[in-house]
Amino acid sequence: MEPSSSTLDSASHPTGGPGGGRHEHEHAVPVDAAHAHAHADVWLSDVTTGYGERAALEHVTVAVEPGSLLAVVGPNGAGKSTLLKLMAGLLQPWTGRIQVLGAPPGREARRVAYVPQAELVDWAFPVTVEDVVMMGRFPRLGPVRRPGADDRRAVHAALEQVLMDHHLGTQIGRLSGGQRRRVFLARALAAEPDLFLLDEPVTGIDATTQELLMDLLEAQAARGKTVVATTHDLACAAGRFQQVLAVNRTVVAYGPSNLVLDADVLRAAYGGHLLVLGSNTVVLDDAHHHDDANPGERHFHEQGAD
Amino acid sequence: MELVIGPLGDAFFIRALLALALVGVVCAVVGTYVVLRGVAFFGDAIAHAGFPGVVIAYMLSIPFYIGAAVAAVATALAIGAVTKRAGIRQDTAIGVMFAGTFALGVFLFSSIRGYVADLFSFLFGNVLAIGAGDLVALLVLGGGVILTVAVLWKELLYATFDPLGAAASGIRVDRLEYLFLALVALTIVVSLQAVGIILVVAMLITPAATAQLLTVRFARVMVLAGIVGITSAIIGLYLSYWLDVASGATIVLVQTAAFLVALGLGPRGPLGRLRRRPSTREADADPLVDADDAAVRPAAGDPVTPGGLSA
Repeated sequence: MEPSSSTLDSASHPTGGPGGGRHEHEHAVPVDAAHAHAHADVWLSDVTTGYGERAALEHVTVAVEPGSLLAVVGPNGAGKSTLLKLMAGLLQPWTGRIQVLGAPPGREARRVAYVPQAELVDWAFPVTVEDVVMMGRFPRLGPVRRPGADDRRAVHAALEQVLMDHHLGTQIGRLSGGQRRRVFLARALAAEPDLFLLDEPVTGIDATTQELLMDLLEAQAARGKTVVATTHDLACAAGRFQQVLAVNRTVVAYGPSNLVLDADVLRAAYGGHLLVLGSNTVVLDDAHHHDDANPGERHFHEQGAD
Repeated sequence: MELVIGPLGDAFFIRALLALALVGVVCAVVGTYVVLRGVAFFGDAIAHAGFPGVVIAYMLSIPFYIGAAVAAVATALAIGAVTKRAGIRQDTAIGVMFAGTFALGVFLFSSIRGYVADLFSFLFGNVLAIGAGDLVALLVLGGGVILTVAVLWKELLYATFDPLGAAASGIRVDRLEYLFLALVALTIVVSLQAVGIILVVAMLITPAATAQLLTVRFARVMVLAGIVGITSAIIGLYLSYWLDVASGATIVLVQTAAFLVALGLGPRGPLGRLRRRPSTREADADPLVDADDAAVRPAAGDPVTPGGLSA
């Protein structure tokens, strides 16, 4: 790289102590591409991908800085979940390049925690709250080794953070929607990752739980961890996330949440599904729903209550 | 009492009991994953795929389990590869392989000139005919399966419960998938002689399905499946001995009866519901749950003890 880049590097990263290298950046969207690449936790350059023959995302270029708290918004079928799967290494790009934590997706997988949409989880599965959160510790344990005292401590600490530590032995299907999301966030916390990839973490839950989850994610971002979450909830994206990435099969807008979520950008992202009432009120017609199952995915829908 | 102890004087009966105990344990361990992944049909297909292997082994005068193991594992991996590569739905790939391999077995079998072997013992098994050498071989195969699961239980559990989350965290879910298919194939081979090709899927599925009705903890499902599997196999073997009927079919009937009883009396069954107190929902103890969130939600199961009697 050119020398100016490394000078700028040392100037903007004064903290050199152990563990102190990651910190928040002033600017949300770096202008210089080389700089963005060098510093981003997640970096996509002209990426196109999809399922089978069908492209779901085209020509996506994004750089997510360490310590970002980023909401990915867009209408149904816009490719929000697809973008998250690309970052998680679950889906390969057809064209373009991706780097996650300075390596190809999947290489640094143990530093990544991914939480799928609630519809992708079999809630009747015979596992307890503690079992699920312990799964966050499995990758670092590797084969053979059983979870030890450290792992149990991490699991209990994570469950305490989401106020679910009194539900250790509860089967996950007996939890309410908000409790289920809290348990899965606890699994991500227990993994102690540098990058959180969360698919609809605050969808279908009450306001109190949403506040709790957002406080926790904010705290993680403040510690230099990177959080990328898809959401249908534009109010939450505007109020609680630092940055917003609006997608509709490609990037529509990316920047600080207050700048991105204006009516013009929303109209571009949501097309005819958007109704703007006056200056501040926005109505969307597809607030709550999930995408069709992609090939190889099982979706679980519970029967109605008896 | 004589009815119970009498048969134990025969070495073949003891061997049959030992074989069934082994089958019960291996099927419980692997069957729990099979049931939770919803791939019972796959197990049935693999059993039928073992048939040509058994026939070829018979023609070459080598032990049946070698032929069955090669054919079953090869078919299992082929189904996995076809599903992944050709973009064909898994149940379609299974349906094609299922019938095709079984037809090959029948074709080969009917080509044996002047054969005297009983087709029924291939298709419906004969646990009383297991020799000492067979038993040792099955012990090695079954031990290998259990050892593999013991080494990888965490990864298998994570990949079964949440394949996306597991893959994103660095677990090689794609490789585990192939390994799992091979484990199912080997489990089928171990169980083949007990109940035969046609019914072997019951050994794999029914005890685990029964256990799943009775408990909501993963490890308990596995242990309970083992208990149900071994107990019903032993009861079935004695019944068939006393009544002088086919052992494989009797064992499967006992297992099916156990499943139906669990269905009726278990926590989710109609009688289990009647017995249960108005439930104290877990969510009630949660400070964060608001009224909307805590609205009626179907309980997917209750943490009661086997038999559902504690509620």
